[in-house]
Order: sequence, then structure tokens, then C-alpha cells
Amino acid sequence: MIRRLLTRLGASALVLWGAVTVSFTALHLTPGNVVDVLIGSSIVTPEVRAQIIADYGLDRPLPVQYVTYLGRVVRGDLGQSYQLHEPVVTAIGAQLGPSLQLAGSALLVAVTVSVTLAVLTARRSRWIQVVELVGVSIPTFWTAILLLTVFSFQLGWFPAVGADGFAGLVLPVIAVSIPITTLLTQMMRENLELVLEEPFVLTARSRGLSDLGVRLRHALRHVLVPAVTLLGWVIGLLVGAMVAVEQIFSRQGLGQLTLSAVTGKDLPVVMGVVLFTAVLYVVVNIVVDLLYLVIDPRLRSAA
Amino acid sequence: MSVPVVEVTDLRVSFPAVDAVRGVSFAVHPGECVAIVGESGSGKSVTARTLLGLTGEEATVTAGRLAVDGVDASTFNERQWRSIRGRRIGYVLQDALVSLDALRPVGKEIAEALRLPWRRARRRVVELLDEVGVPEPEVRARQYPHELSGGLRQRALIASAIACGPKLLIADEPTTALDVTVQAQILRLLAERKRGGQALLLISHDLAVVAELADRILVMKDGVVVEDGPAGQVLGAPEHPYTKTLLAAIPGPGSRSTRPGEVVIRATDLVKTFGRRTAVDGVSFELRAGQTLGVVGESGSGKTTTARLVLGLLKPDRGSVEVDRRQVQVVYQDPLSSFDPRFTVRRILDEALEVGGTPRRERGRRSVELLAQVGLDAGVLDRRPLKLSGGQRQRVAIARALAPRPRVIVCDEPVSALDVSIQAQVLDLLTGLQAELGVAYLFISHHLGVVHHVSDHVLVLKDGRAVESGDAHRIFTAPSDPYTRELLAAVPGGHYDQADPSRRALPGREQHDRLVRPPVG
Amino acid sequence: MRRHAGFTLATVVLALMTLAALAPGLLTGGDPGGADALKALEGPSADHWFGTDANGRDVFTRIVYGAGPSLLAGLGATALAVVAGTALGLLAALGGRVLDELVMRLVEVVLALPTLLLALLVITVTGPGTVNVILAIALYTAPGYARLVRAQTMVIKRAGFVEAAVSLGLSRGRIIWRHVLPNAFEPLLVLATIEVGTALVAAASLSYLGLGPQPPAPEWGAMLSAGRDYFSVAWWIAVFPGVAITLTVLSITVAGRRLQRRVA
Repeated sequence: MIRRLLTRLGASALVLWGAVTVSFTALHLTPGNVVDVLIGSSIVTPEVRAQIIADYGLDRPLPVQYVTYLGRVVRGDLGQSYQLHEPVVTAIGAQLGPSLQLAGSALLVAVTVSVTLAVLTARRSRWIQVVELVGVSIPTFWTAILLLTVFSFQLGWFPAVGADGFAGLVLPVIAVSIPITTLLTQMMRENLELVLEEPFVLTARSRGLSDLGVRLRHALRHVLVPAVTLLGWVIGLLVGAMVAVEQIFSRQGLGQLTLSAVTGKDLPVVMGVVLFTAVLYVVVNIVVDLLYLVIDPRLRSAA
Repeated sequence: MSVPVVEVTDLRVSFPAVDAVRGVSFAVHPGECVAIVGESGSGKSVTARTLLGLTGEEATVTAGRLAVDGVDASTFNERQWRSIRGRRIGYVLQDALVSLDALRPVGKEIAEALRLPWRRARRRVVELLDEVGVPEPEVRARQYPHELSGGLRQRALIASAIACGPKLLIADEPTTALDVTVQAQILRLLAERKRGGQALLLISHDLAVVAELADRILVMKDGVVVEDGPAGQVLGAPEHPYTKTLLAAIPGPGSRSTRPGEVVIRATDLVKTFGRRTAVDGVSFELRAGQTLGVVGESGSGKTTTARLVLGLLKPDRGSVEVDRRQVQVVYQDPLSSFDPRFTVRRILDEALEVGGTPRRERGRRSVELLAQVGLDAGVLDRRPLKLSGGQRQRVAIARALAPRPRVIVCDEPVSALDVSIQAQVLDLLTGLQAELGVAYLFISHHLGVVHHVSDHVLVLKDGRAVESGDAHRIFTAPSDPYTRELLAAVPGGHYDQADPSRRALPGREQHDRLVRPPVG
Repeated sequence: MRRHAGFTLATVVLALMTLAALAPGLLTGGDPGGADALKALEGPSADHWFGTDANGRDVFTRIVYGAGPSLLAGLGATALAVVAGTALGLLAALGGRVLDELVMRLVEVVLALPTLLLALLVITVTGPGTVNVILAIALYTAPGYARLVRAQTMVIKRAGFVEAAVSLGLSRGRIIWRHVLPNAFEPLLVLATIEVGTALVAAASLSYLGLGPQPPAPEWGAMLSAGRDYFSVAWWIAVFPGVAITLTVLSITVAGRRLQRRVA
């Protein structure tokens, strides 16, 4: 158990270290003087330039710069955005709330809908496969535009852009959750169909359990292991979908922050977001690992 | 006689692709055991599932009469079937490891059938586990299937099937996945339940297993009952040729008259450990040209590891194998997985011939020759193994092994995955080839009858150690080690009864009286 | 029967898209850059099937001419990723423990970062443009292929038929070349076929965000982006490019799944 935990923590540390290295490499691969790259399109005083050179150790050899950077990140310092005139950590923190609200709601919707759909449709209907096919093929940014056109501009049911509160959340949540819902539904349905072929399902039914009872009490749990495995990937999907959706609905959030940083060449912010999501990924994966143990007793005894 | 627990006449079950059952009739009375015997695809399991309404949505079921406990069930809907399942008829499927939900404690599985409040259910679960002979039932109830041994798992599965006191217990291949000694225990448990008045419907591919328990035997082939009668009559005086084939197919001692040649494999004091587990622990043996050494043991005894050491796929931690590896080929239990899925039979043989150094232009001719040697015609050359039957695949595997003209073939459970009637054919092919080509076999199997049939010498393994070795005839007639005796005694059908060595042979006409108890009623 | 119809339809769509990509002039006589301020924002009609955009350019013509860059991005990124991923995967599976650890750690780091974010990072470094979009997508998809190739190779290395080949006496090189590689590659190709669709959407998303080909180049994602500002008055500018993307991806998925079933 402890050994498993240690390996997991070690692997997590490696991922984080890798992410820092990727960021550092990106900074140095960008054409142009590193100081100019860091300040991007803003104009700064010579004092600030000197400060940047001192902070990043730019007058010293590359390995020293690398260690300096690593040290700062470890202390939780993601640097300064010279365009936003605030520390990157502050900028991310300010945008985190609305994004978490959107992501959390979308995940909740996706899990609820996909579990229901998978349980109700596995081995029962074929139309769900067509729905899944369309769902995975439609680009999220296009769904978002269609939703906005139809439900805000044409029908006027929901506020068009920039609205806070529940009404403003409905359309973005639908847009973000569609790809995740289809992905999860498809995966769980296909796995359920395999599980329902297993002898223990037949045995459970031979004890007088109903079809739905077997699905809920026995089969669903077997599908959770592969579903939970996807969670890390789903987080990536969420972040991706949010960039487009936040822009289309003019919402505040990490996606908007990132996009404007990319177009404005504000590299410290982009690097900061990359590091932040790497941490998120690592945390999610530790949770996933613990969930495995909750779900599958075989893994418990192996651990 | 009393009201039958189930009664079926002219049962027909068809699926979109196949008519699985075509006119089957039988009845099971309280305290009676009826067995349905057949090979895979004979329709025996489908027949059993019909009695629970579990044939699936694609099946069309019709019957002249289909009655459970005197009530007509032919028009039952799902809700009515559910009231039958578990309550009137219990169902035990073959392998408890996959028939119990791996993610739930076995106690919960048993309780599920009870439909009682949890507190009362838990008490009943413990009683049930105790009833089927599970020691420490309170502890076991909280354990998961993977934490139990094969025998305990099977008992737990039976406990879940009898939880609601069904009048009929259907056991579908209840012992197939088990080692022979555990198999004997489970058969004893079923026999006890029968004596207690439980009606049993036993489904099996193995006549020997059935012989222990059945009062009445139905032999099925391609969805039709080809023979039906009291067990004594079916086993002792079978009428239908297919039943005779099945009976004859139960391998027993063969008549062997090979002259030993020089030593081709000499293994000395082999030791192989995996982590903390010692898989092979000081095993020595010799195999001489033209002879067969049978290696017997239950799962985990180290027989496959021994084979892999001989093949050089593993390196021994201690000891040595003296063998010319270029002269050794192998035939596996599952031939399909031993073929590259993209390869046709032609390419499979071609590759083996290439290894043996056959020049390219001669390979086509040699391939046809090899196929003829294993009883296949050249028509299979351009087919893929996936499209061949199990028996044909194993023949191709044998042809491949023969291609480089080896002096030794390691046969790792070569017939275990085959239907019994096919098993006999493949074993005959192997012995025939030995006589013709003088090839030696290292023959690995868990099946004593099969080993007895082909071996000159036998090596009995238990937990990685050789408990007994020597002349096959001597070991099967007068075993000196207690474990060997236990193994032989556990073989169903009682081929190997130490008390009466003169009657040790195939179940056949002359000894049916010993094989089965007199039928009840 | 219906499945068959779906496959036929998918084939027709893909054939048309390929034709549009290779020889757009055969499908439309118009000029994708032909602006005409007098005809701006006209709805679909007999003259302009899909209407006109804010500059009075024919949307249908631009969609036909946009097939090339859009498909190229999906295909190019996938091809690049498959090649790089296969090389890395084989290196990890067959190159010994140290290499395996090294490659797989690298792969894990890249997989830990959200795909779009990684692409954004790359584009921040390289600047926008078609080639950079392809590079960015290939960079984050390659590790997935590497992982698949490695896993496949590991499974095949232990498969019964490889053990049989070892017992038969085949040399290591021959076994890898004849049994391991082809069997590892088949599922990879099938996956890659389906993934062309995903890469295409990713490229369109990046273009939509203004990071792909720059205006006035006709590319579906960029067209959608340009149509966004008008969709309350001229829905067709944004809707038809979206339909083109969805139809193409759908067809690729349908065709790929069919291939998958046939291989399996």
C-alpha cells in the first residue's frame, strides 16, 4: 500500500518536473531575446528589464537559469505577467472561479446523463450509436455557436453573452458537456455490453434479479473502473472545450485568459496555465488511483 | 411417481442463425438426477437455460409442454419467470471465478437471492455456507471471490443457488474448471444434496462425471437427443453409435510397445522460482528417443514451467537440461493463439519448413505431405486457422511441429481444449506419428486418463516437486505415493479403483455396474 | 442494411471532399477570393447555394476551396504523429528497460497536459499558421500512438504465436519483422484513420481561434470564425462550414469503424 503510494507520488513528481521542463524549453525555443519574449507586446522601463534579468538569472549560464526557474516554480511563483501587470498566480486565481463553476457543472451533467444513457441503452437500442457518432463528430465551438444562435438570438430563451447566474450557465454547460457525455456514454455502453455477457450476470439473473437490477447492482460497478480511468483525459477535454466556449459566450475564465495570452504573446501566463493544469492532472490521477481501490477489491489485496 | 419438478416435451429453441434445440423431452422428479451430456454446440446448455426463461431475446422457444412444479410455464412473462428463478429452480454455472461478481463479497451474492432484510439474511448466509461445507462461514461470507480457493468458490456459488430452497438445482458443467481432487469434493456435495431429496439436472460434456451421479442420461448431439435411458443402460449398453464414440473417447490405458532409444532430454535437479514462489523444485527426468514421458499434476504443480525450461523459454535457477534445442518442437493447448492471426496455413507451414532448412522450392510439396500425415487435405492450405475447427487447428499445429523433423515434441495439454470425441482422434494421431516417425513426446497434462493413454513413463508433480516417477503401468496400477493415490481415486467414473485392479479400464459394457449406482425408482 | 447505407454515404462524402481538395475547380466555377461588396450577406439562393459572406464572397465556393487546407491539416498532423509515435513506441518496447522508462516518462508528461493547451503553447512559441498548427497537433497526438504501439508490441511479444515462433527457432530480428511489427501496426492504422477526424476538428478549432491560416485564406474553421460576428443576421456563413466539418468527421469515423470491425 505504502509502496504503491510512493510510486504514485514519484510518478507525479516526474510529471510536474517534466511540465516545468517543457515550459522552460518553450521559453527558450521562442525566437527572440528571452526578455522580449517574456514581456511580449508590452513596453517596460529599463528598471523592469533589469529586474527580469535578475529574477530569471538571464545573465548566467543556461543550467543555472533552469535551476533558478525550477526553484521559483517549486516555491509556487509562476512569474509576472507584464501585460496584465500582475503575478500569473493572481491572474489564474481570479479566473478560476467561473471556470470551475462551468467545468464542475458540465462534468456533473455529463456523468449523470451518460450513466443513465449507458444503463438504459446497452444491448437494447441501436439509435444511441448514431447519436454517439454525431456527438463525437461535432466540433464543440460549432455546437456553441448553434446553441447561441438558436436559443439566445432566435428564441431568446437564454441571455446571449456575458451573463452571470444560472440562466447564463445553461448553454455553455450544454456545449462543454456534449463531447464528454458522448465519449463517456460510448465507453460505458460498450463496456456494459461486454460485462452483460459475463457468466456472473447470467448467474445473478438466475437468482431472480431483474434486468435493470443486474445492470445497476452488478454491471455498472464493473464499468466504473474503465470510466474512472478516462477521468484524467476528460479533464483535458474540459479545458480544451472551455477555451472556445468561454470565448463564444464571452464568459470570464481560464480559457479566455489563456486565449488572450496566446494571441497577445503573453508567455508567462501561457506557461503558468500549463503548469497549473499539470498539477490538476496529477491531483486527478491520485484521486483516480484511490477510486480504483474503492471500486475493485482485487486491486485492494494486490496493493 | 410424484409430480415432476420440471417436465418438458418436444422443446424447440431457435436463434436467428441456428436451431439450437430440436425436439427434446424429459422430466426430473424430486430426488432424481437427470444428466444431459453432449459436446459443445449440442444444445445442452440452451436446454437448461430454457427452464429458467434465460435463453435471451433472440431465441424463439416452443414446447409441447413446459411445466415447472406442475404449472404450465410455456406462456410465462419475464415477471413470472423471475418468481421461478432461484425460488423453484437454482442454477450453478461452470466456473465460479467468473460466475460470482468479482467486485462483491460472496456473502452479498448469496444474500441477493434471499430477498430478506440484511440482518436476517446475514444469519441465513452463514447457515447456507456451513451447509455446503465451507469452513469458517462468517469469515468467508465477507471475502471476495478471488480470495477463495476454487473449491470454496464453487461451494459458495452452490450456496447462492440453493439459498431459497429450490426444488431443482441445475448444474451446468459444475466441475469443469476444477482440479480433479476438488472436482471429486464438489460431486460428493451434489450427491449429498440429491440424497436429501434435491432434484438435479446435470449438464456436462464428460460422461465420466455424469456416471457418478445420474439416474437418467440424455445424450445430445446437434440439438437432438440421440439416446435417452437409465444411466446404467446408457453407460453399459449404449445403442446409438454417437454414445459409443463418446464412451470410447474416454481415454484410458493404451497398449504401448516402443523400444527405448538413446536419451534425448536429460533434466537434472531443475529449480525455478518466481519471486517468493518456487514453481519447480528439484525435478529430474530422462526422455529417450521414440518414447513418451507423461508429466501429470494439478494447476500450479509446475508442469508448464517444466516444459518452458525444456524449451529454453526460461532459464533454470539451478540444475540443467541437456537437450539439442534444434531437435525440439512444441504443440500448445490453445493452437489458435500459437498462430499469427494474419497467417494462412500455407505461411505457417512454410515458415516452419524454412526454419528446418527445407529449400524454398520444396516447401509446397512438403506442406502437402505434412498435412496428409496429420490427416488434413491440401484444401486447408489457403485458409486461416480462425476458420478451422478446434481439431483441425491442433492438427495444423502438429504438422508445424513436425516440419523441421524434430526428435522431440513437447505437448503442453494438447487435447485439453478439445471436445472428447476429437481428443481421442488427436491422441491416436500422436501415437500413430510416434510409431511412424519415432519421435519422442514430453506429454504434459492434468488429465490422468489422457496421460495413461499415451505414456511409457510418468512423472507426477505436486507443488513443483516430483512425488513419484516411473513406468506408466506401474504408477497407474500400484502407485506408491499417497498423493498419486488421491489423484487416481478422484478421477470420476472410478477408472482407478485400487481395491480391484482387474477392473481398471474404460467404462464399458462389462463394468457399467461398477460405474453407476443402481437407478432410483 | 442501414449500416451499409451509412458506409456508402460516408464513402460518397469522403470522395467528394477529396475531389474538392484536389481539384476544387471541377466542383465550382467561382473564385474563393472574389469579393463583391454589393452582394454582401445575401441568403442562400440559386446563384449562391450557401449564400454570401460579409465581403460578398460565395460561401459554397469558399467551402469547396477550404476542403484542401482543412483535410491537409488533419491528414498531415496524423501522418506525422503516427510516424513519430511508432518510432518512439518501438524504441520503448524493444530498446530495453532504460530507454523504455525514459520514453514512457516523456510520453506521460506530454499526455498529462490538456491537448489544446499544449497546442496553444506550441503556437505561442512558433506563431500562427497552417504548418505550425499541424506541428502542434502532431506533437500532442504522437505520445498516444507511442503508447499504443508500445502496449501492442508488449502484448504481442508475450503472445502465444511469438512464443511458438521462438520455440520453432526463428531469429529475434525475423520475429520482430515478420510477427511483431505487422500485428502491432494494424490496429494503429485503424485508430489513425479515425483520429484523422479528431485532428481535423482540432485544426479547425485552432483556426477558429485565429491561430491557423490567416485571412483571407478559405479554411473551414477560419470561415466559421468570420461568420461568428454575423450569425444573428446571416446564419449561413457560420452554419455551412460547420456542416462541412461535421459531415467530413462523421464520414471518417463511420468508415474507420467499419475498417476496425473488419480487422477485428
